[in-house]
Amino acid sequence: MSQKMLLASKEMNIILHRLACQLIENHNNFENSVIIGIQPRGVFLADRIHKILKEEYGISGIKMGQLDITFYRDDFRRSDKPLEANKTHINFVVEDKRVIFIDDVLYTGRSIRAALTAVQSFGRPSEIELLTLIDRRFSRHLPIQPDYNGRQVDAINEEKVKVNWKENEGEDAVYLISKV
Amino acid sequence: MSELSVNHLLGIKYLKKEDIDLIFQTADHFKEVINRPIKKVPSLRDITIANLFFENSTRTRLSFELAEKRLSADVVNFSAASSSVKKGETLIDTVNNILSMKVDMVVMRHPNPGAGIFLSKHVGASIINAGDGAHEHPTQALLDSYSIREKLGEVSGKKVVIVGDILHSRVALSNILALKLQGAQIKVCGPYTLLPRYIKSLGVEVEPNLRNALEWCDVANMLRVQNERMEINYFPSTREYVQLFGLNKQLLDSLDKKIVIMHPGPINRGVEITSEVADSDQAIILDQVQNGVAIRMAVIYLLASKIKQQ
Repeated sequence: MSQKMLLASKEMNIILHRLACQLIENHNNFENSVIIGIQPRGVFLADRIHKILKEEYGISGIKMGQLDITFYRDDFRRSDKPLEANKTHINFVVEDKRVIFIDDVLYTGRSIRAALTAVQSFGRPSEIELLTLIDRRFSRHLPIQPDYNGRQVDAINEEKVKVNWKENEGEDAVYLISKV
Repeated sequence: MSELSVNHLLGIKYLKKEDIDLIFQTADHFKEVINRPIKKVPSLRDITIANLFFENSTRTRLSFELAEKRLSADVVNFSAASSSVKKGETLIDTVNNILSMKVDMVVMRHPNPGAGIFLSKHVGASIINAGDGAHEHPTQALLDSYSIREKLGEVSGKKVVIVGDILHSRVALSNILALKLQGAQIKVCGPYTLLPRYIKSLGVEVEPNLRNALEWCDVANMLRVQNERMEINYFPSTREYVQLFGLNKQLLDSLDKKIVIMHPGPINRGVEITSEVADSDQAIILDQVQNGVAIRMAVIYLLASKIKQQ
């Protein structure tokens, strides 16, 4: 197994700030917008973006939730490993809200497909956007594209893109891991 | 652990502590789901479940059916009263006929102890025991423990007294096994005629006096006197039973701590507990019912995830 660093802490920081600014461009003060991190790994990115918006751009009171998609996945009983659920925490109704999904890596698009179904349990949003840190292009199984994108990466199926976070892994970095 | 060690839920006897932990963790997620504006997830949309009730039930049957529907499974219901069982069909024939219509899972209640175990050896579907005679009622025991965990934080180390008709109660046996597995202390309390002879071999103590039992415990699980399973009189009169083993407000208030009151239902108000107690804030009877759906969703989901894709 070998790994190659795609993004280091400094580059990640610049990208996170850019993504935050792009959100502000479209959502102003987030009056009618909500941020939803996709469990498990999108939650770290959502927290980080939320923190930048609050601390560096002074936009407070943004509603943020965490959405688990386990029960909406299309590979139940099809994958070798049993699916493990995570916590969903959305204490607001998304009815008529502008929803921003946040996930770390966009790969096949199936997670986002599941999230689109899952979020309907909390109401009918007026629109849904997608923000991802890494877009693994040319590997989509479904017609789903990000609205805000950190970095595009070309990787083959045997490779894995792993996003590390200071809060969890002790460093901010993105790695391309190949099994060979 | 992320997978159950069993392919059927026939009784608590066959479960490990880790299985119970996994069921509870999964039930936590489903409890959140059933409190959403839209209470349904699509996980089991390609699974068909047959509910076979060879004995009457309201709560358990509704609870299972709701759990199945909230997981998006297809559901068929069967009750013995209106079926060919009356014409002399055997259990295996009945179930195999149903399974040949491509059913993946069977939830069964049956008056004979061991009916689920018997069935699991002869048919190819995943079986959930929803009560077999006076033997086991595993989902009830799981939801009872889950309700204790929710109310008191954990089950381990808690003192639980089970009061009433232990002899005819599948809830009692499953509860004792489940609570033991999780490290709770258990006493049983009731007329000696309604305590099984070898009850102590399960590692529980017998306390014949209700007041002493209540003063000792954190949780009291008040069972119903199952008149329908009694061919002879086990105690002189209902009035005497109420005086010795009925829980009323006066007795409850005279204790120096606030204990948790549970009841698996259906309640005989005025017999094992009075209306005042059943409706008091110490009773978690309706929480038990709500948790029942989440627990059953968890059990069905976890067992379904072990059914291989065809």
